[in-house]
Amino acid sequence: MTAAAPPLPAAWRLERRGPEAELRLTGDWIARETGLRDAAAVRQVLAEADGAARLRFDASGLGRWDSAFVAFLRALREAVAAPGTQRLELDEAGLPDAARRLLTLAAESGAAAAGTTPPRTGFLTLVGNRAIAAWAEVVAVAALIGETLLRGGAALGGRARMRATDVWQLIREAGPGALAIVAIVNGLVGGILAFVGAVQLRRFGAEIYVADLVGIAMVREMAAVMTAIVMAGRTGGAYAAHIATMQGNEEIDALQALGIPTNDYLVLPRVLALVLMMPLLYLYACAIGLFGGLVVGMATLDLTATAYLVETQQAIAGKQFLFGLVKSITFGALVALAGCHIGLKAGRSAADVGRAATSAVVAGIIGVIALDAIFAVCADALKF
Amino acid sequence: MAQDQKDDDRLRVDGLRLAFGERVIQRDLGFSVRNGSIFAVMGGSGCGKSTVLKAMVGLLRPAAGTVLVDDEDYWSADDARRSEIGRRFGVLFQNGALWSSMTVAENVALPLQMFTSLDAASIDTLVRLKLSLVGMGAAGQRMPSELSGGMRKRAGLARALALDPGILFFDEPSAGLDPITSKRLDDLILELRDGLGATVVIVSHELPSLFTICDDGVFLDAETRTAIAHGSPRDLRDHCDHPTVRAFMARERPGSTDQKEKA
Repeated sequence: MTAAAPPLPAAWRLERRGPEAELRLTGDWIARETGLRDAAAVRQVLAEADGAARLRFDASGLGRWDSAFVAFLRALREAVAAPGTQRLELDEAGLPDAARRLLTLAAESGAAAAGTTPPRTGFLTLVGNRAIAAWAEVVAVAALIGETLLRGGAALGGRARMRATDVWQLIREAGPGALAIVAIVNGLVGGILAFVGAVQLRRFGAEIYVADLVGIAMVREMAAVMTAIVMAGRTGGAYAAHIATMQGNEEIDALQALGIPTNDYLVLPRVLALVLMMPLLYLYACAIGLFGGLVVGMATLDLTATAYLVETQQAIAGKQFLFGLVKSITFGALVALAGCHIGLKAGRSAADVGRAATSAVVAGIIGVIALDAIFAVCADALKF
Repeated sequence: MAQDQKDDDRLRVDGLRLAFGERVIQRDLGFSVRNGSIFAVMGGSGCGKSTVLKAMVGLLRPAAGTVLVDDEDYWSADDARRSEIGRRFGVLFQNGALWSSMTVAENVALPLQMFTSLDAASIDTLVRLKLSLVGMGAAGQRMPSELSGGMRKRAGLARALALDPGILFFDEPSAGLDPITSKRLDDLILELRDGLGATVVIVSHELPSLFTICDDGVFLDAETRTAIAHGSPRDLRDHCDHPTVRAFMARERPGSTDQKEKA
């Protein structure tokens, strides 16, 4: 409101006339300009009106008003109606018509807000609930993995309810779309390995073994793990956010209502796309990582490209690649399943989408590293 | 608010032209909204009603023309001034547009927290007042996703009322509501208009509610892309000769010649 004059402070004065009291309301009652009269003011009015049977209003001196005025009147009404106070009748005839309307409107539906604070839970209950939730989570994840495996078999036979276009689209996003970042990360990791190795090995005159170091580290560990971490951040998070947003828009409800199984339609293509693309990305990452090592090795040591490559060739055998490929396939499945599972169980608000993306990335990265540790132990036991 | 009963125009639109790039949505649009009236922006689906609303509430800059709010040019004002004028507006979006990660009460409180210097207790009092005005007193702690469509709309209305706006904009208030809920919302709009003394602009094609509550309006045409009739929905129904308007008001297919009288 464009107020020409500065606002007059909202004020009231109570006059007693025998059994009647009159509340004269003056000034501007605008919440934004003059603030709200709080419960203390209401108590004071009632204290001054103590003993009176009727309270009348005089609003002839009232300036501009908005919700602040209505809120004051409402608080007054509630205080008078509260049990344990003296009987005081409010005669609202003196109030502006519009204010009376708003009061009626607010009262009709104005059932006091129900208990808003959730009941406090004890420590044991909390632990118990967490444990039950954690177990339910384990069951849900196991169910998802099992179902995906079963349906994956069906998909290979062409019997799953998913569309080839979706799979192609997802493959394009997960595979070619990730080439640049996978190349940058693995090229740098290969280079860093070569550099660190060169500094140490030079002291023993064993420069040529930089090629072995980079080759074995990249092929057995780094290429698969770094690529999986990149994909967890890039693709796992995207899957979770996408599916959580669909959840919020009731798109998943629509799928279920149509009888389209969400597992077939949403989870399977994503798992398939990553399981197919991760091994290829792994091989690509190996090549780039070895190249990064080669460049650094040639630059910092006096090695020829031929010598470096021959040494690399001798260091890494075919089964190293097999080991890496198996890992990358597992990592792909893990990242895709984590993203889809977290997206599917997300809530329906905008914040839930963000939370789902975050936890999908975190779960993906932690899962990849934990799985890698398990692989290392198994490989050691099997003398692989 | 209730005291500003000047009899002049609250909102005036002149020569408005709305376009997305080359595609013109509406052109040469002019109308004025009287203080305290309930004004309808009518027209069939896809005629650009909601786009016109967007130009009025500051979401879409018109390609040409002016929108005068209390005789002040809204779009030629600088950003700070425009947001100041915008605080006189309360907008109810089609699906409530509640912020999904906040409770209903937090939704209503946010404008108060951002634009007033009231303390938390006062804000709480005002939030409870606004919520009970729309009959949502008991639902303050619920999340928007737990509400039905009608409740979401009422919660959106409570949020629109948060700053005691002088002008309320409604985008399809009764779309998707059952007749009873929709009637209740109509009554609520009337009560709030009388109580708050606000001016109301409604974008809608729901005939029953248009006839009940609106006392002025403009009819937009999708083909000629401009206003083809002015007046209250009831007047247009009873007296307008334009075939498109007649067909719309009588729920006929345009061009059908049978003169069956409905409503």
